[in-house]
Amino acid sequence: MKYYDKLIFELSRPGRRGYELPAGNYGTDALASLPGNLLREEAPELPEVSELDVVRHYTNLSNKNFGVDTGFYPLGSCTMKYNPKINEEVAAMPEFSALHPLQGEDTAQGALELYYNLQRALSNIAGLAEFTLNPYAGAHGELTGLMVMRQYHILRGDTKRTKVIVPDSAHGTNPASAMVAGLEVVEVKSKPNGSIDVEDLKPLLDDTVAGIMMTNPNTLGMFETEIVEIAKLVHDAGGLLYYDGANLNPMLGKVRPGDMGFDIMHINLHKTFSTPHGGGGPGSGPVGVAAHLVELLPAPRVVKDAEGRFHIEGKNDKSLGSVSSFLGNFGVMMKAYAYILSLGKENLKNVGPMATLNANYIKESLKDDYLLPIEGACKHEFVFDGLRDKSTGVTTLNVAKRLLDYGFHAPTIYFPLLFHESMMIEPTETESLETLDEFIEVMHKVAKEARENPDMVKNAPLTTPISHPDETTAAKKPILSYRQLKAEQ
Amino acid sequence: MSKVIEGLLYAESHEWVKIEGDIATIGISDYAQHALGNIVYVDMPEVGDEVTAGEDFGAVESVKAASDLISPVSGEVVEINEELEDAPEAINADAFANWIIKVKISDPSEAENLLDAAAYAKLCENE
Repeated sequence: MKYYDKLIFELSRPGRRGYELPAGNYGTDALASLPGNLLREEAPELPEVSELDVVRHYTNLSNKNFGVDTGFYPLGSCTMKYNPKINEEVAAMPEFSALHPLQGEDTAQGALELYYNLQRALSNIAGLAEFTLNPYAGAHGELTGLMVMRQYHILRGDTKRTKVIVPDSAHGTNPASAMVAGLEVVEVKSKPNGSIDVEDLKPLLDDTVAGIMMTNPNTLGMFETEIVEIAKLVHDAGGLLYYDGANLNPMLGKVRPGDMGFDIMHINLHKTFSTPHGGGGPGSGPVGVAAHLVELLPAPRVVKDAEGRFHIEGKNDKSLGSVSSFLGNFGVMMKAYAYILSLGKENLKNVGPMATLNANYIKESLKDDYLLPIEGACKHEFVFDGLRDKSTGVTTLNVAKRLLDYGFHAPTIYFPLLFHESMMIEPTETESLETLDEFIEVMHKVAKEARENPDMVKNAPLTTPISHPDETTAAKKPILSYRQLKAEQ
Repeated sequence: MSKVIEGLLYAESHEWVKIEGDIATIGISDYAQHALGNIVYVDMPEVGDEVTAGEDFGAVESVKAASDLISPVSGEVVEINEELEDAPEAINADAFANWIIKVKISDPSEAENLLDAAAYAKLCENE
């Protein structure tokens, strides 16, 4: 079943059933009692399959999945670290998972305590006064953070501040979030090493600037050494500093965004705090703020009274309102809290240095075959500009696809846009030396293949269920249903 | 190697311009289409819109990235290449034959800031 590639509709045979309901109990009589306008005229197009067909089908599909649990996943800027199973165990405890969001505070003190403690833990880790855990994901956190920024200026009556400065190397979500928050995006140029050009920033800082969005380390994995000066310039101009937590991992327990001068930040729990990404999600994007912005945070919030009891607090006069139903994705918070407690203060401090060491180890081991545009120590990730030897015509895309043949997930490719053949690698701290060595060996092997047999590499992957989909047509005319597929054929 | 055609003018942001009388025909260079990869969408202005030299008038989206189209000249859009709405990949096939917009130039002196074929070929070599 290695090359299983069927659609469940292709298994369908008329009349085949998984099970049948007793006749008469749930018959067609029930349908007769519904008004005609609620009944469909044609039967729905559903596959007719046995239970075994269904089980085999989905088990075989699941075997095609690639995840951190199956192999190395060096996807830059995504922090694909291992998701410890104890997180799942804790989040599944019925004492928490069976709670109802409308249940009284008195009967949910434990859950509220956990929620409150996580707010406090993140505040300590970030060096900020308070956190809201309400936002559902990273991009939602960005939007919430920018709404705080906007609210801050509105409450001061400074309504002409509508511009947000975003570096040209930023993650695409930054300008997108600023637009959604009703702010205008102004781009600031980066220097060849990817850090912000302070001289280019200065003339942009006028009384229409609401703030600046930054990641530190930046998109090339380099620490912004001029952050203190940048913070002073932006604050002197009346703006706020927003920290995109996408690259928080190497800073963990070492440097705090609040200490660097940031006023607002979001954290991706699914990156830094080991909760699952994407399909394994959902996500969570807590937002932290400095002391002068705490009252602006969205409602509801969890607070602790003098007697040590926990309460859900509604909207105050200055709060920007609600950004979520109830308190956000509680299950994800439990996993992040389990992660923080199982590492403890001492071991959290090792996360950043180990992630940084792993990234530098790969970078230095591969720079003989891959072009390293920026020399020097990186943080948790780094960028190659493709193979050093460009004469073979083997591109970053070809290398990425060839890695699939060797059982590795591809790195992030063609981002950032600062280089033509970007290949962004982030190993995270959870990989062993042996795994890193295996990856390095394969990367060298691919570089050798590119020199000796470039056409083979250009045709890779050779062992995956599909190798070269027509990406243009797939993007322009996606086939999203079986009905659509049949119509195309 | 990317193709550069003699007789056209080029912007540093990789658009080409062909000037005939007061009409400028604008597209993206072969170098640009190659760097972008398979193009899936071209976002064009409408006829009658004003474009300004150095500012964006639309965008090309490829499977790799989305990139702003920067106008090399100022003026009024008099025609857009409607064929690109259904077949943006035509730019990949021939970036010089498949122009994007035609502009009635308002300031002919702006063309002096553009590169000739030789200077543009050199720019691409250094990128």
